[in-house]
Amino acid sequence: MSFPSILMTALSSLGANKLRTGLALLGIVIGVAAVISTMSVGRGAQQQIVEDIESLGANLIFVYPSQTPSGVVGTITLQDAYALIDPGNAPAVAQVAPEITAFAQIVAGREGTSNQVRGVTPEYASVRNYEVTSGSFISARHVRNRSDVAVLGAQIARDLYGHRDPVGQPVRIDGRQFTVIGIMKSRGGDNPFGDYEVMAPITTVYFRIESQRTVQGEISVQSVSVQTKEGAPPDDAIRQVTSVLRLRHRIAEGDSDDFIVNSLEETIQTVQDAQNTFVIFLGTIAGISLLVGGIGIMNIMMVSVTERTREIGIRKAMGAKWRDILYQFVSEATLLSLGGGLVGAMAGVGLSTVLDGWNLGDQPLRTVVTLDITAIAVTVAAAIGLFFGIYPAARAANLHPIEALRYE
Amino acid sequence: MIKLEDVVKTYHMGQFEVRALDGVSLSIRTGEMVAVMGPSGSGKSTLMNLIGCLDVPTSGRYFLDDDEIETLGGNGLAEIRHRKVGFVFQTHNLLPRLTAQDNVELPLLYGGGRRRKARAREALERVGLGDRTTHRPTELSGGQQQRVGIARALVKNPSLLLADEPTGNLDSRSSEDIISILADLNANEGMTVIIVTHERAVAARAGRIVSMIDGAVVSDEDADEWENTP
Repeated sequence: MSFPSILMTALSSLGANKLRTGLALLGIVIGVAAVISTMSVGRGAQQQIVEDIESLGANLIFVYPSQTPSGVVGTITLQDAYALIDPGNAPAVAQVAPEITAFAQIVAGREGTSNQVRGVTPEYASVRNYEVTSGSFISARHVRNRSDVAVLGAQIARDLYGHRDPVGQPVRIDGRQFTVIGIMKSRGGDNPFGDYEVMAPITTVYFRIESQRTVQGEISVQSVSVQTKEGAPPDDAIRQVTSVLRLRHRIAEGDSDDFIVNSLEETIQTVQDAQNTFVIFLGTIAGISLLVGGIGIMNIMMVSVTERTREIGIRKAMGAKWRDILYQFVSEATLLSLGGGLVGAMAGVGLSTVLDGWNLGDQPLRTVVTLDITAIAVTVAAAIGLFFGIYPAARAANLHPIEALRYE
Repeated sequence: MIKLEDVVKTYHMGQFEVRALDGVSLSIRTGEMVAVMGPSGSGKSTLMNLIGCLDVPTSGRYFLDDDEIETLGGNGLAEIRHRKVGFVFQTHNLLPRLTAQDNVELPLLYGGGRRRKARAREALERVGLGDRTTHRPTELSGGQQQRVGIARALVKNPSLLLADEPTGNLDSRSSEDIISILADLNANEGMTVIIVTHERAVAARAGRIVSMIDGAVVSDEDADEWENTP
């Protein structure tokens, strides 16, 4: 039996019972629509997070102290951080922003909150893409003098001072009086955490709030954000930073680093990988409904084979071979699920479009429909129809012609 | 040429074994028109099914032309049915969804071949239904439906035409039409025609009458001899 004849026969059989065809289709339609829309929500969340990370600033490398496999705990000092700007040793590095964080009680008037206080240097603002809307950012002099000054994120400033201008106002951090010298520009939806930042000179946080010192009396920092020069490959910068730090830490050839160097790209990659797993997990859950739809198709095909037993007998008497009957029913099941898949794809894309920008609490929902997800969902639907069509079709093909002809 | 040698066919009905054919030997030459008569349960339909390659004997041998049928599997039988056999059923067995034209075209779907539509139309014209091609079975009379059934059987130009009580559900006028068409195909196209029937008037049109009782052939006569037996 030729391919066009198989197709025409299948279409005419499906057309003969439109209600049943429609109902069988519905299971697949819902399954495919569910897969596409859940995965588009997952992809949307993924893209959101990646953009949040990217908004930290371009060309970033992060350096953290770490423990070597032999158990030596590394430290990175402020001097280590500034050594990285040396154009002779690390020409790919543009700027460095070392930082430490501490938890502290923040009080202004009667308002108070427990919050992270970030000890930073003046470079922090430009490296991390922060802008001051009123007042000024922490200066080199503030760092040198261990000044009791603070810069507040937009939201925490509003929480503490309401509509008053906080610049010049006092704020108590762990009981110590600071002066607010600047307010950061709101980072809006893409990084709400930035709006709760409290920043003070790194020296002040280190000596006045954390009250720590290294053996040498140097400040040890928790992380260093390194901005690479425009156009410099991040790998070059990572290599240079690593060699400078190894030299300064006197790490012998062959010994492990006592620090970690990560590029932002690597971080994004890690997050993206984790998110991919999540998106696939979501899709698999939704895929179960596709499976149920497939079982629905199998059910319908079983009924159809029973109902058309006599037709099968007639076709066999006319010379239809085993595979002719098999193809006829398999193609019906596949067409059914492929049709359902295409309608489901349209429904899924439509649903995703409607959901995009839907307001759920703080952040608008983001959905991203991609061609690969849509194509995979439709293909899987067709494959499911093929799979669940084979058993009923084989039953039809195995019928004995005489018994099939006698069937009432 | 059809040659059955000591053919036995048994069926299992629950615990019982039913011997539908009990050692039938029969030869039918190409171009003969044979009527098979006998009461119900005498095994005539079983004989037709075997001759039509819908089934194989439990024991014994069956030659259709050069093929030894009992050695063939399902697909081999389907191939023979497709090439050589046309069936006409008592209940005509047309597919209700399809038009007369599409019903007649059905056997051609399984063998490839060109000009399927034209050949189907020609077959309908041969049975006098050239003006009913787009009608569905329910829009046709019983006699017309059976004529569509005959058109479907002859569309492949089979060498063997099997009709199992083709007039069983028809009035005498329509029966006459149907038998005339079958006799005509036998006389003018040289098709071997085998008809199972209850009706003496139908059997009288055949050149040879085979009578069966309890799965065995009890008489096998020329029409002239048979006319004279009561």
